[in-house]
Amino acid sequence: MKIACLSGKGGAGKTFAAVNLAAAAGECCYVDCDVEEPNGRLFLKPEGLEAFSVSTLLPDFDASLCTGCKKCVGFCRFHALVYIKDKPMVFSELCHSCGGCALVCPAGAVREKPRPVGILEKGRHGDITVITGVLNPGEASGTPLIRRAIKEAAGLSILDCPPGSACPVMESAMDADYCLLVAEPTAFGLHNFKMVHELCRLLGKNCGVLINKQDAPYEPLESYCREAGLPVLERIPFDPRAAECIASGEIAAEKLPEYRELFTRLLEKIGGGQ
Amino acid sequence: MRIAIPLDEDRLSVCPVLARAPYFLFSAHGEESIEENPAAQAQSGAGMQAAQFLVDREVGVLITPRCGEKAAEVLGAAGMEIFKSANKAAADDLAAYGEGKLERLSHFHGGFQGIG
Repeated sequence: MKIACLSGKGGAGKTFAAVNLAAAAGECCYVDCDVEEPNGRLFLKPEGLEAFSVSTLLPDFDASLCTGCKKCVGFCRFHALVYIKDKPMVFSELCHSCGGCALVCPAGAVREKPRPVGILEKGRHGDITVITGVLNPGEASGTPLIRRAIKEAAGLSILDCPPGSACPVMESAMDADYCLLVAEPTAFGLHNFKMVHELCRLLGKNCGVLINKQDAPYEPLESYCREAGLPVLERIPFDPRAAECIASGEIAAEKLPEYRELFTRLLEKIGGGQ
Repeated sequence: MRIAIPLDEDRLSVCPVLARAPYFLFSAHGEESIEENPAAQAQSGAGMQAAQFLVDREVGVLITPRCGEKAAEVLGAAGMEIFKSANKAAADDLAAYGEGKLERLSHFHGGFQGIG
């Protein structure tokens, strides 16, 4: 079972929720899909790290074979190719590595070459397998690395998703069996929460809500959840002790019994409890 | 030599954007023509598609208020010269270019990919 932790707004508590869920689960995989700024490893401090490079394919053109028919340029829906000076030219940040240009080339002038985009780290924190995608700085798209990271996951897996509701989030949540929406009870939090909920609905996912940093119920969020039929599974109060745990790189569910209980309950409600 | 200018909906004014301009004005040897820009509605990569269109039309000089980095790379590789539009009406830009009054465009903005 794959449980995706999403929030829309950054800083709502995705990593806090994902790391603590993993700690409560015990034997599971934690996958950091927030490959632009992976930080779950700051808390899980994985040991026995292995790392390997992840590449995507980028077309390479043989000018001596190219006949200038421009079929590849016409085929590329991302407009990553332009034909100029008797040879196609590729813009790697627009290329989605679909391989279509190589398929449509009648002259066999296109060869796909691997291009490294980041690394995947794998280590252990007790019984938790910690998988972290780390995107190379300056790289435009993290989706190939996210796809590869999720492939490594087996059994009960907690996917710590990137913020927002764009392509990397979609890639992270696409194969999830359950989407845990971490809500920050603020106007900004709710705005982005609605966007990511809409995405999950489009993907046809089962969703539940974890309200984090709540001092008092935020009525607009409460009524949105009621009207959308979104179950509020747990509420985490605004708690300086949780903040202290985070600031010192510790895991609340490993330090504070009530957090262990809360996240164990949450896991059971989601259906991932043992 | 063919000159191109991005045109707005009224087919007279210079369009403030390049890649998603609805039309292009082409001027060569005193003859002018207006063509629809095939990149205007592109979901992504409009800059590349518009640049390819201009290269295919064998444009030698582009007059535009703005141009993205990637389109500039393509146009530069094709040997196209890019000048900064200084007038509201495309006809005035053409005249100003003829009189050598336009400056070269020196600032190219980054793309908008990956936003949103």
